[in-house]
Amino acid sequence: MDQPSHDYHIEIPGTTIFDGKMAMKGYALNKMCYAFNKAVNRDAFKADEEGFMKEYGLNEQQKQAIRDRNILAMIEAGGNIYYLAKLAGIFKLGVQDVGGLQTGRTTEEFQQHLLDQA
Amino acid sequence: MAKILGGITTSHIPAVGNAIQHELQDDPYWKPFFDGYPKVHQWIKDNKPDVVVNIYNDHGLGFFLNQMPTFAIGAAHEYKNEDEGWGLPELDPFPGHPELSWHIIESMVADEFDITSCQELPVDHGFVVPMQLFWPGAPHNPDMPRAIPISANTVQHPIPTLKRALDFGKALRKGIESFPEDLKVVVLGTGGLSHQLDGERAGFINKEFDQHCLENIAHNPEVLTKITRMELVEKAGAQGTEFLMWMMMRGALGDNVTELTRNYHIPISNTAAGTLLLECA
Repeated sequence: MDQPSHDYHIEIPGTTIFDGKMAMKGYALNKMCYAFNKAVNRDAFKADEEGFMKEYGLNEQQKQAIRDRNILAMIEAGGNIYYLAKLAGIFKLGVQDVGGLQTGRTTEEFQQHLLDQA
Repeated sequence: MAKILGGITTSHIPAVGNAIQHELQDDPYWKPFFDGYPKVHQWIKDNKPDVVVNIYNDHGLGFFLNQMPTFAIGAAHEYKNEDEGWGLPELDPFPGHPELSWHIIESMVADEFDITSCQELPVDHGFVVPMQLFWPGAPHNPDMPRAIPISANTVQHPIPTLKRALDFGKALRKGIESFPEDLKVVVLGTGGLSHQLDGERAGFINKEFDQHCLENIAHNPEVLTKITRMELVEKAGAQGTEFLMWMMMRGALGDNVTELTRNYHIPISNTAAGTLLLECA
């Protein structure tokens, strides 16, 4: 049967498997980002980032990743990209901006990287 | 009795919603993508399905990690498209078909497929973008069928196996085709193909693997059930696991299908976009 243990995964370079272990680690961060579905919460975060992060119980690692606008650090801290995308939206970052930030490319270089795979 | 006419797959990239809003169909970037749809439009016009079963994966609107169903079926009179947080326009609600929903739920659970029923389910781009692509102006297209959303978890592991996805579709088929009313049903499998949004491997696309999936899904889907979930992540990308929706759709179509149209284009946004129209025998 194809049943690994709850945090088992094969090593795929540059890829974090968002499994039970990561889901527990990132729960507060992801819960905050899920709240950004509502405009009232996006506005509250923009008005007081520190206060909003405290309200949702983010740990220091998660808070620092957000202060630094560091996507890879957010993932390392348990962030799931589908929820983080809502935070990226607040920062006016699209998926190709986010792709560039994670891969050390400008947005234009990242877009070219996508085109090159056609 | 209800009858499944066929299945249609498409990517459900949010940027497509923006392109439709801004009418960019003939823009050089978008044209190769939108060129995949006229044949689908004609087929829909010729066949006029009464119900669309839309198999998609929620991306953090309808469900959060507090309660994450592996398979969820909508059983509501209507489905609201709500704010996802990053500026996609909100569409008007999509009318549902709760009687058929409950019939499917009864049938599948009796068939030992234990699923989550949802009397409220906000639907995100994964559901609405394919509706906009197939029924322009959705939900106000005059041919708009009533909708039943089915969402599978690809947000957090463990995700379902490819075999389970195909088997889900087979059980879904029994549920639909045992409904006593004469309804014409189309099944959508949305999402994919290869893409990865997160990590140092963001931007990963795998044309060879996508072609393998496209070559086999119509006539040889059992071969694809041999792919393990981690292999799927490795070869399709972390979000390419959405291919599970295509497998669920395929299972609902029965053994014999005819491929009527296929389109594949790299890239749309961060994704290899695929479209397929399969008609049931």
